[in-house]
Amino acid sequence: MSDAAGPGRPGAPVFLGLGLLLAVAVLLSLGLGAVRIPPARIVAILTPGAAEAGRDALVVLGIRLPRTLLGLMVGAGLAVSGALMQGLFRNPLSDPALVGVSAGSGLAAAAVIVLGDRLLAGMGLPGPLPYAALPVAAFLGGLGATLGLYRIATRAGRTSVATLLLAGIALGALSGALTGLLVYASDDRQLRDLTFWSLGSLGGATWTKVWATAPALLPVLVLVPFLGRGLNALVLGEAEAFHLGVPVERLKRLAILLVAVAVGAGVAASGVIGFVGLVVPHALRLVIGPDHRRLLPASALLGGAFLVLADVAARLVVAPAELPIGIVTAFVGAPVFLWLLLGKPRQDD
Amino acid sequence: MTERPPSPEPLLAARDLAYATGGRRLVDGVSLEARPGSLQAIVGPNGAGKSTLLKLLSGELAPTQGTVAYAGEAVAAIPPWRLAALRAVLPQAAHLAFPFTAAEVARIGLDGIGRGLGRRDRAGILAEALARADATHLGARAYPTLSGGEQARVQFARVLCQLAAGRTLAPAQVLLLDEPTASLDLRHQGALLDAARDLTRRGTAVIAILHDLNLAAAYADALIVLEAGRLVANGPPAAVMRDDLIARVFGVSWPVGRVPEGGQPFLLPRRTVAG
Repeated sequence: MSDAAGPGRPGAPVFLGLGLLLAVAVLLSLGLGAVRIPPARIVAILTPGAAEAGRDALVVLGIRLPRTLLGLMVGAGLAVSGALMQGLFRNPLSDPALVGVSAGSGLAAAAVIVLGDRLLAGMGLPGPLPYAALPVAAFLGGLGATLGLYRIATRAGRTSVATLLLAGIALGALSGALTGLLVYASDDRQLRDLTFWSLGSLGGATWTKVWATAPALLPVLVLVPFLGRGLNALVLGEAEAFHLGVPVERLKRLAILLVAVAVGAGVAASGVIGFVGLVVPHALRLVIGPDHRRLLPASALLGGAFLVLADVAARLVVAPAELPIGIVTAFVGAPVFLWLLLGKPRQDD
Repeated sequence: MTERPPSPEPLLAARDLAYATGGRRLVDGVSLEARPGSLQAIVGPNGAGKSTLLKLLSGELAPTQGTVAYAGEAVAAIPPWRLAALRAVLPQAAHLAFPFTAAEVARIGLDGIGRGLGRRDRAGILAEALARADATHLGARAYPTLSGGEQARVQFARVLCQLAAGRTLAPAQVLLLDEPTASLDLRHQGALLDAARDLTRRGTAVIAILHDLNLAAAYADALIVLEAGRLVANGPPAAVMRDDLIARVFGVSWPVGRVPEGGQPFLLPRRTVAG
């Protein structure tokens, strides 16, 4: 038996394991940093009605909890977006970063960083730009890129996935070039902001950001499992999915909208973080198989855990400074990805 | 097995269908009907519009002219989930980018189709469909690693699943097959068409694109002959398979013979170059 992809693929044990991993990631994220807080104390602080006060409670509730929640949401959103796009494009290498959605978001954010102050000055308004302008621009940039792509690829009510993929790559390259021009025109401070933004960070997490991100990302995470059956049928082909009773155009529109919202909100909250959308669904497919009804919720769990753990590493490696989280996800994600690819045939030897 | 009385309303009726794209009329003025328990074969040379016609019948393409109706209801007006219970389509070879197992692919035909099916019912339908398509032993293998013929059998099992699940909503169904035997060996060609013939006994109407006129003559009640988008003949194989029609439509001067018992027509290939 060279193909071990048996009918008895692990289901419940994997979800249990992912749940445990998520809990461990959360405890690590809440407990590690400049101040170390043991798990028991964290649980005590988080228990509702507990009259915990003092430095530890302040650190956990005021700083680390919003950061952890933001990481969970952004990671889950990115991983789910990756799984959605891969299903939609019937291509395991698709990723929001590949089809220009992240690049559109990043370009809008870069435009605000570099041109924002000048625009304000030009309009005779006092600078600097309010901090909220950046996430809003990132969100609109992602949405704009996605809608533009969809427009290009849709003719007479039908969306061509091949055109979408190619146009996405072109749009991503264009966004990258424009961002490059902005980098060229930027001063030192702006350059640092740009770098930080383009590599991502959860460092700026506040409760305000959590409350601003949750209304965008939570509905996506709730809706996504309902797309599982349709995406499974879509894997066979668009015509086949239609034969199986899937409203294909509606499914595609909904999936694209959910990706735009999840990526836009994610980039707005924490900058451009790569590799989560590619690695997480791919790793899960090797374990639980490609059935989207399980893959999508599992991606949300593993994506959240992965990003929170990456954030812990970003905080600890060069403490008291912080690494951009995109560097960590790529450093961890790329070798793991290669190991997964290489490890599969090795099992058969 | 009882003889069914002819139903007053055909399961599927196409009237004056035309489909034009890029200034070319791929299908031009085709009318046909499918009644419960019938098996019809669409035959014709390459580019005659067979696949386009099948796409029009399935509702996948909207005709530029004419109508397609299932049990009297215009296909465009039927919501996809109900249409999926009324008709199933076996496509030509399908490639999969993800490592679904063969059983998982077949099971996609069951998900969300039909009503009131429990977990056990679905497992039973899946097992029966895999067995009928001679794909039970392939169940645990990754679909992309299967041969073309094995993949075709798994797809057939998926279609059988869809029909069985859809039967809970629609007792009389239409099965559309696009060159179902193209990648199969002789035994499985016969087995697949036997299974299709079996379905007609339950009242299913089958329409299949076939290239092999001998298979078509052996299994079909009627041959629908297409040439350049037009329907040029529609009738029992014995009436349609004549030397002149074969020569004119297919451009070969192969003689049509008759098997001694039953008089089923057959076509014998003959080479046209010496040597």
